[in-house]
Amino acid sequence: MVVAAVVLPIVAFALLLATGLGRDPRSVPSELVGEPAPTFDLPRLGEEGSVDLAALRGQVVVVNFWASWCLACRDEHPALDEAWRRYRDRGVVVVGVDFEDTEEAALAYVSEMGGDWPLVTDPGSRTAIAYGVFGVPETFVIAPDGTIAAKTIGAVTYAWLTEHIDAALRSGEGR
Amino acid sequence: MSRWVPIAAAVLVAAAAIWFAGSGAGRPDTLEERAQVVAAGLRCPVCQNLSVADSPSRLAGEMRGEIRARLADGETEDEVRAYFVERYGEWVLLEPTRRGLNLVPWLFPLVAVLVGVGVWAFVIRRRPPTGEEEPTEADRPRVAAELAGLEDVP
Amino acid sequence: MIAFVGTAALALALTLAVYGTVASIAGLRTRNASLVESARTSAYSVLALVLVANGAMLAGLLSNDFSIAYVAENSSVDTPTFFKVLALWSADEGSLLLWNLVLAGFLAAVAFRFRSRRPETFPWAMAVMYVVIGFYLLLVLGPTTPFATLEAVPLDGRGPLPLLQNHPLMAAHPPFLYLGFIGFTVPFAFAIAALITGRVSDDWVRTTRRWTLAAWVFLTVGLALGALWSYGVLGWGGYWAWDPVENVALLPWLTATAFLHSVIVQERRGMLKVWNLSLIVGTFALTVLGTFLTRGSILSSVHTFAESIVGPMYLGFLTVVLVGGFGLIAWRREALRSEASFDTPLSRESVFLGNNVLLLVLTFIVLVGTIYPLLAEAVTGDRVSVGGPYFNRNTAPVMVLVLFLMGIGPLLPWRAASASSLLRRLRWPAWIAAVAAVALALVGAGAVGTAVAALAAFVGAATISEMARGVRAQHRARGGSWPAAASTAVRRNRRLFGGLVAHLGVLLAVAGIAWTALADRSNEVTLASGERVRVGDYELRLDGVQTREEAHRRVLVARVTVLDAADGDEVVRLQPSLNLYPASSEPIGTPSIRVGTPWNGLRDLYLSLVSVEDAGPTVVLRFFVNPGIGLLWLGGLVIALGGVIAAWPARSRAAPSPALGSVAEPREEVRV
Repeated sequence: MVVAAVVLPIVAFALLLATGLGRDPRSVPSELVGEPAPTFDLPRLGEEGSVDLAALRGQVVVVNFWASWCLACRDEHPALDEAWRRYRDRGVVVVGVDFEDTEEAALAYVSEMGGDWPLVTDPGSRTAIAYGVFGVPETFVIAPDGTIAAKTIGAVTYAWLTEHIDAALRSGEGR
Repeated sequence: MSRWVPIAAAVLVAAAAIWFAGSGAGRPDTLEERAQVVAAGLRCPVCQNLSVADSPSRLAGEMRGEIRARLADGETEDEVRAYFVERYGEWVLLEPTRRGLNLVPWLFPLVAVLVGVGVWAFVIRRRPPTGEEEPTEADRPRVAAELAGLEDVP
Repeated sequence: MIAFVGTAALALALTLAVYGTVASIAGLRTRNASLVESARTSAYSVLALVLVANGAMLAGLLSNDFSIAYVAENSSVDTPTFFKVLALWSADEGSLLLWNLVLAGFLAAVAFRFRSRRPETFPWAMAVMYVVIGFYLLLVLGPTTPFATLEAVPLDGRGPLPLLQNHPLMAAHPPFLYLGFIGFTVPFAFAIAALITGRVSDDWVRTTRRWTLAAWVFLTVGLALGALWSYGVLGWGGYWAWDPVENVALLPWLTATAFLHSVIVQERRGMLKVWNLSLIVGTFALTVLGTFLTRGSILSSVHTFAESIVGPMYLGFLTVVLVGGFGLIAWRREALRSEASFDTPLSRESVFLGNNVLLLVLTFIVLVGTIYPLLAEAVTGDRVSVGGPYFNRNTAPVMVLVLFLMGIGPLLPWRAASASSLLRRLRWPAWIAAVAAVALALVGAGAVGTAVAALAAFVGAATISEMARGVRAQHRARGGSWPAAASTAVRRNRRLFGGLVAHLGVLLAVAGIAWTALADRSNEVTLASGERVRVGDYELRLDGVQTREEAHRRVLVARVTVLDAADGDEVVRLQPSLNLYPASSEPIGTPSIRVGTPWNGLRDLYLSLVSVEDAGPTVVLRFFVNPGIGLLWLGGLVIALGGVIAAWPARSRAAPSPALGSVAEPREEVRV
């Protein structure tokens, strides 16, 4: 009896700890999927003009947070490039938001890596905060109705992009 | 009874000093102080486990800027916190909100102190089941030692 | 080659550990002394083999042998030699090698210490230690593979994590923490041996007293160095973030501190036997829990073994320790009856018990706060955080009670105190507290600061008066000079004086913590080159920004002059920097600190560089004025010193033989 009274709480404690196995302390589910995407109107990186999200309503927008110092961003760059080239004719816009970076380093990165989708800077990281960004890279897919359809943390894959862009395009046609 | 007097007097003096020290408080909270309070309760997203107030990271600095801007716009502290919870989830709060399961960590310290006092009182009052035994001959040296320990001399 | 030698040494060590376990128990069962002896001497071979494995890894690191995956991942050609050595324990697999080395060291030390006279429980204690080291050796022979090799050998390695190669202090604190954590294996092993054999008298307590104290001193130093690292390196102006990694190191310290006190009650009064056994099992279990939570990647994100078997192995081991330890205690509960009872609540033992309970309450508050996010996610699926504000709010009041009892405990005699003698002894401390409160109120400290100062003054005065009483009594009894009386008093009662010194250390640390916390002034400043900005009592001027190229990193240094705002005099020049590592995500800052001294009001001036804008140049800085934080480091040192005094063997006697049955240690040792 006494031994059982000792052992049972220990087993319960161990089971609680066991639920933590395989848990990634870093991955926090986004609160924003399904919510209206926070608007922004941000200055272009290294050139005149701005990108206004409100003006892109009705189109599928891929918002990608990146930085020149981020290694995973180099890994995902080809996937973004490919998605941009495949979908741009169908009204899909990729917007790269530069995060915690210097303009000089960011421009050097762009000329090294290539890609010609619109890039913007984010003064004071206000847009990054509004999107609840934990770090770079993070990628959001915004449906034509202006809601966030999907979000991923870490280097995005071409498969993930096509899946969620296609779904967002279909949701736009359905209306 | 008279032995209590000096101690009681000292305690009274100390209490008066603490009361006096506290009476000057109540300065109006500046925007910076309010922002500091909000930032200290929010978790920095890019850090291991630091608050937005503490973190030296650039994003935390910008979050402090965001907090200041929102407070300056007339939002209350709770509204600013709600803004961050909307973006980052409950995760961003360094103290979970007091509801539902979160009451467990909120109430636990009080329960722990009460249980602790109970355990202390129980152990202090408990008597060995065999009751007090007369010391045997073998216990004599020990009894003598214990009695020596009772003297005030260390 | 290196990899083979390392793995082979570890495999041999594991074989010997299994042999040691079996031979110890079999030798005891068959009354075969030579078998027990062979198990004992095997400990030296285990140590030698684990040393070879560590040496192999060190050789791999120093010779840039990137065919070993660990070397390729944690070192590089450009890594300075110092940080190559450090890389031995800067990542998980390597630090497990070091862990095994320390554990083997303790095993061999126990084997050596009890080479001639030894307690009857010794073979079982050796068996328990062999099982523990067997587990950790198994961990590095499959579940983690420190000597895994790469098919395609890279030309250069990745280098250590930037944060870990940023500062030499990183070198010191993990080894001390390990010495502390692992040191508790020794009292744990003897406690389990006592439970298994049924010899649950006080022998195991006496046998392991110094081992426990040594482990506790190491853990104290490790915690202090960890805080110093956080303060001096991480650049956030603080020293303790209530991070899970920090919490799990604090937990065994709390229970071990409780244990150090409650074993005295057991030695003096034959009480609290179940309590003490539970505390040492709990302390050891908490060290395992700590490794599980941090290395099993449950709470910290530095390492990830989501797919590996390491997490379940730690959890299994923890469960075995808890079930085995507490199960044995429950099984032996009849033999663990108290020999005496408490006479009155007003006695030293009852205050000791009170503080023990409070230390356990602190332990549980920290434990629950640390693992609550797991519970919340398991039940509701939500991610929540429990951080600094929660722990500060809930532990501070309990800490205040602990401090108060720490002050009056030593003033009370054992068994029963008369209220009048206690009141007489409290008179001076109470008035010193009142004076301190008035002084602090007059200089404008807030209510909390005044109250903390009054409490600290009270406890400090009580502690010092207790020391003085011992010295006076010695002087009265023997005459002679006062210093001679003091030295004799300390030597004849190291344990009491060591404890009192440690208490003074705690007070210093608390004073430092409270002072810094209450006076905390931090400011964020944006400065252009040549610009001056006023911050509180100071002015900051940016003299320039320099870039320095080093072998393994690029360093941006902001040269800042701190001026006295009142008279414009230069106070100090500080050079905080940002370090950019090629393989890093974000730049890592190194703060620049003007260390507080008694001549400048103990004020640390702490400047860290947040970012540098190319235009201008303009820098964003954080400036902290931290008064009294030096008292925290000093306090840590004094606490450790108290532990060393208490553990120091008496000179006049031959090495004490804890092996001898229930004969109490000589009077001076126990007498209080």
